[in-house]
Amino acid sequence: MANKGKKFLINNIVPIVILIMLVMAIPMSGLSGGYLVQEMISRLSRNSFLVLSLIIPVVAGMGLNFGIVLGAMAGQLGLIFITDWRIAGMEGIALAVLISLPIAILLGIIGGYILNRAKGREMITSIIMGFFINGVYQLIVLYGMGNIIPMTNKKIILSRGYGIRNAIDLKNIRQVLDRSMVVKVGEFTVPLLTILIIGALCFFIVWFRKTKLGQDMRAIGQDMEIAKSAGIAVEKTRILSIVISTVLASIGQIIFLQNIGTMNTYNSHEQIGMFSIAAILIGGATAAKASIPNALGGIILFHLMFVISPRAGKELVGSAQIGEFFRVFISYGVIALALVLHQWRREQENKAERKKMMEIQLSGGEE
Amino acid sequence: MEKIKSYIETMGWPRVIIALFLLSMYIMAPFVGLNLGTSISDTLIRFGMNAILVLSLMPMIYSGTGLNFGLPLGVEAGLIGAVISVEMGLTGVFGFWGAIVMAIPFAIIFGWGYSQILNRVKGGEMMIATYVGFSSVAIMCIMWLILPFKSQDMIWAYGGSGLRTTISIENYWQGALNKIFPMADKIPFGEIIFFGFLAFLMWGFFKTKSGLAMKAVGANPKFALATGVNIDKVRTKSVIMSTMLAAIGIIVYQQSFGFIQLYLAPFYMAFPAIAAILIGGASVNKATVVNVMIGTFLFQGILTMTPSVINNLVKTDMSETLRIIISNGMILYALTRKGGKKNGK
Repeated sequence: MANKGKKFLINNIVPIVILIMLVMAIPMSGLSGGYLVQEMISRLSRNSFLVLSLIIPVVAGMGLNFGIVLGAMAGQLGLIFITDWRIAGMEGIALAVLISLPIAILLGIIGGYILNRAKGREMITSIIMGFFINGVYQLIVLYGMGNIIPMTNKKIILSRGYGIRNAIDLKNIRQVLDRSMVVKVGEFTVPLLTILIIGALCFFIVWFRKTKLGQDMRAIGQDMEIAKSAGIAVEKTRILSIVISTVLASIGQIIFLQNIGTMNTYNSHEQIGMFSIAAILIGGATAAKASIPNALGGIILFHLMFVISPRAGKELVGSAQIGEFFRVFISYGVIALALVLHQWRREQENKAERKKMMEIQLSGGEE
Repeated sequence: MEKIKSYIETMGWPRVIIALFLLSMYIMAPFVGLNLGTSISDTLIRFGMNAILVLSLMPMIYSGTGLNFGLPLGVEAGLIGAVISVEMGLTGVFGFWGAIVMAIPFAIIFGWGYSQILNRVKGGEMMIATYVGFSSVAIMCIMWLILPFKSQDMIWAYGGSGLRTTISIENYWQGALNKIFPMADKIPFGEIIFFGFLAFLMWGFFKTKSGLAMKAVGANPKFALATGVNIDKVRTKSVIMSTMLAAIGIIVYQQSFGFIQLYLAPFYMAFPAIAAILIGGASVNKATVVNVMIGTFLFQGILTMTPSVINNLVKTDMSETLRIIISNGMILYALTRKGGKKNGK
């Protein structure tokens, strides 16, 4: 029993540490409980879809897919076009999703193909891939749009005549999803439609894992070689998992931006990968195991930290800036820590296995 | 023809394309009204600024610890040395060397801690290095705010706490390496000689016993282990060397640039350096001094030439976008090459 408790502690060390820190910091920040709950409801509805899009590549053993920024870019392209065509409301959102769909599929195929060539270092490759495609995105949006790609809305074009402005006002679709079906629970406003969409995605993930494809992915995630010899098309299935993740991320980015209401054309997508991954890791996921509770719990913990740390920093050391830097440190530090723990655990397993092999071969080797 | 083909194959297509691209830039320069002499001298100045940062990647690549995406950690050590030197009011050559002397102990401590992490995560170094680098930048941001520096040239002039984001070192040790040489503003002899000296030391080191051991660990860890090499110790040494060189590299960069950039500036410094060494022909587990020199020259050449040439040609400044595409494209190319250990399971 004690052993079980210890194991639970080790497996969930990241969320537990963060939770303890938060419990200490919340009273210091002086923020009211009601405010925090409302804040968490809106942040959950804003971010969940993006964070959930990370789960499927993890199942397929490809680690945390920093390539969701590719999907985010596809989503933003969709939003640029509907703003250009001045299509508002639900139709706008639906059209944005439709436009971004083929782009996301294409990017997902490219991404999956690249990651197949970098087996064993998918995560770092997906980070660099995000940077690279970001360059291409800039080339298209900053130099191509209004030039090669015709644009009609002068408001979103830079004064030099081509290229999209840094910030786009999404007033046509601002909070269309969030406001279309609002429920009051006590003093809190709940954006029911967005939550329903997120719920549908959760069901989809649960269902997907049980399908043939989902099982194949699981097998690949556990052991690529065995999966291959069992007749699973490893390369193709891995590409498919990235395509699904990218498509989901593009929808996620549209949900995210309709809530925010403005889009920073050249920055909105950049941080998405990092924030989403920090959130799911804080929720207790690893590069090899991620679940829906990890995602949702992680968002709550991560965003509580987001809201609280500048205030707590101010109360504690008299500087909101220090609190802000501290939050940045925690978000990067958590990713580093979670990855170290994951890699370390894997090393221990490998070591135990190697030791067995060595003992047979060398009758007592060193390692 | 066959010969050329096999030569290109060993060089790798991206490198050939980049070299040809740079060459065409130099050829085009006079036609769009640029002075070729100035262009080349600009390239050389940037080469002098960046070469040591690129060189700092070598030891870790040798020992099989991968591309040092945690370069910002060494940069932070260099920044600490630099601000201490300014705080002490050291100027000229003393200021420059003072900064290096102050930075090295920090680099050794940081490098040691960093190596302890990396030794526990063999096979996943690059990913973790990236985030160790990022978190070190964030924690040092806090440090710049709370460390008790007093120099009027470094703290905010009116109230506020902590150091400025950019500190001018014009009155301290800007150009300390070059000033004694003729034509200091055209060709950075001092920096090139200093780089040559460090590169020579590095070359010499890899001829010594511990250098060869490092090579062995990178090339074949099992073989190294069998010959009685302590792998973790060798890796630790290589990480400390890389971190120290990165600290020296950023100080050389600053004395040429004239400013110390604190806070978020070191964030993405690893990526251009890594792109440069890869363009020079290095791979994830192999790099030479020649790779460093060719790579830095090509990469910095492109960074200097594209904005001016393209700007004159199409009246648009696309340099930043091109830089992103070229540098990350290069890293992506290297990561997707076959070879290197496969750790996928």
